[in-house]
Amino acid sequence: MRSLFTKLGRQSGYKERAIRLGTYRDLAVGFARTGVTGYGGGPSTIPLIEYEAVEKYKWVSEEEFGEILALANTLPGPIATKMAAYIGYKVKGSIGAVVAILTHILPSLVAMIGLLGFIYSFRHSPIVSGMVQGVTPVIGFMLAEMAYRFFEKGRKGLGVSRMLLFSIISLVFTEMLGLHPGILIGAFLISAFFIAARKEKAAASKKVIMQRKENSL
Amino acid sequence: MIYWDIFWAFFISNLLGYGGGPSTIPLIQNEVVSNYEWMSLSEFGDVLAIANALPGPIATKMAGFIGFELGGVLGAAVALIATILPSALAVIVLFKFVDLFKDSPRVKLMTKSVQPIIAVLLAVMAYQFFITAFQNSGVLHLLLLTLASYLTLYKFKVHPALVIGCALFYGGVFLS
Repeated sequence: MRSLFTKLGRQSGYKERAIRLGTYRDLAVGFARTGVTGYGGGPSTIPLIEYEAVEKYKWVSEEEFGEILALANTLPGPIATKMAAYIGYKVKGSIGAVVAILTHILPSLVAMIGLLGFIYSFRHSPIVSGMVQGVTPVIGFMLAEMAYRFFEKGRKGLGVSRMLLFSIISLVFTEMLGLHPGILIGAFLISAFFIAARKEKAAASKKVIMQRKENSL
Repeated sequence: MIYWDIFWAFFISNLLGYGGGPSTIPLIQNEVVSNYEWMSLSEFGDVLAIANALPGPIATKMAGFIGFELGGVLGAAVALIATILPSALAVIVLFKFVDLFKDSPRVKLMTKSVQPIIAVLLAVMAYQFFITAFQNSGVLHLLLLTLASYLTLYKFKVHPALVIGCALFYGGVFLS
């Protein structure tokens, strides 16, 4: 990509600038489109981002997209903005990353501030309070469904009994003893790190023993 | 210093939320409602409802809106930076070393081990919303709306914005 720019740049500086700005525009259009068409939060926009980045604009290969996604999944925080950051950075450096993130999040954020501001200005109207009451069970259900999805993920990853045990521990510490969930998450992360490290070591020493056996045979 | 508090609240919730934006919701709620008491649970529910009804990532909409309510445009910017910047930088820097730990069992187990906590936090939040609905609008409306949510969202995969729009309409007519 860059060599193409320098080649074109030699022919005409103006053309080069136009193409550069064009790439910013592509980034802005691509990420704005995924930001306003994906429903259900960042994770649901991932296939849309893949379409723009891999198929349409060919910013990254399918393989690289998969690798970025895997990395984004192992890091905390929202996923869609991590994808936007990396792809924007790869295409156009830091400014590209900023353009991609902002065009991805701003349209729906502005709509949200406008819409909620509008609803809040009628805060004391009985109709609005009725509307809020009407939507409360729906939000409850959406949260319950999300909780269910995390239970399922945990059950697949950890097994039923460990999943239940960890859930009960979480419930007791955060809800009954009022511990900040961050402390519990920290404790879980640290113990997972050491347990996995010990398993790795055990697997490695097993390998050595196996090799010795093979050698002696 | 409100801006520092905003930064810290959103930084912590996004640092601890594994599994994308939705997993940070109960952590944001913990900071915003329980820890700093910037809004009540039902106000937080309204914000979540509108965030769910609009497209795009949820965590940034929540952060942007709550930051805006607390500290105007600057507040929104601080909340967004705290939400996005740490993990965005991490993904750019760490991608060079991706092969070192992409398949690392340590990282995999760490991600897995957090899921029960997130699940419990989400379940507790769901429970709180059901209790609020029960107290405000009675068991009949609660059961009806929950059943309707189950059928539309889960069974027939109706668009969430449409479901939330209908629930708002239902509430405006029958619960006001």
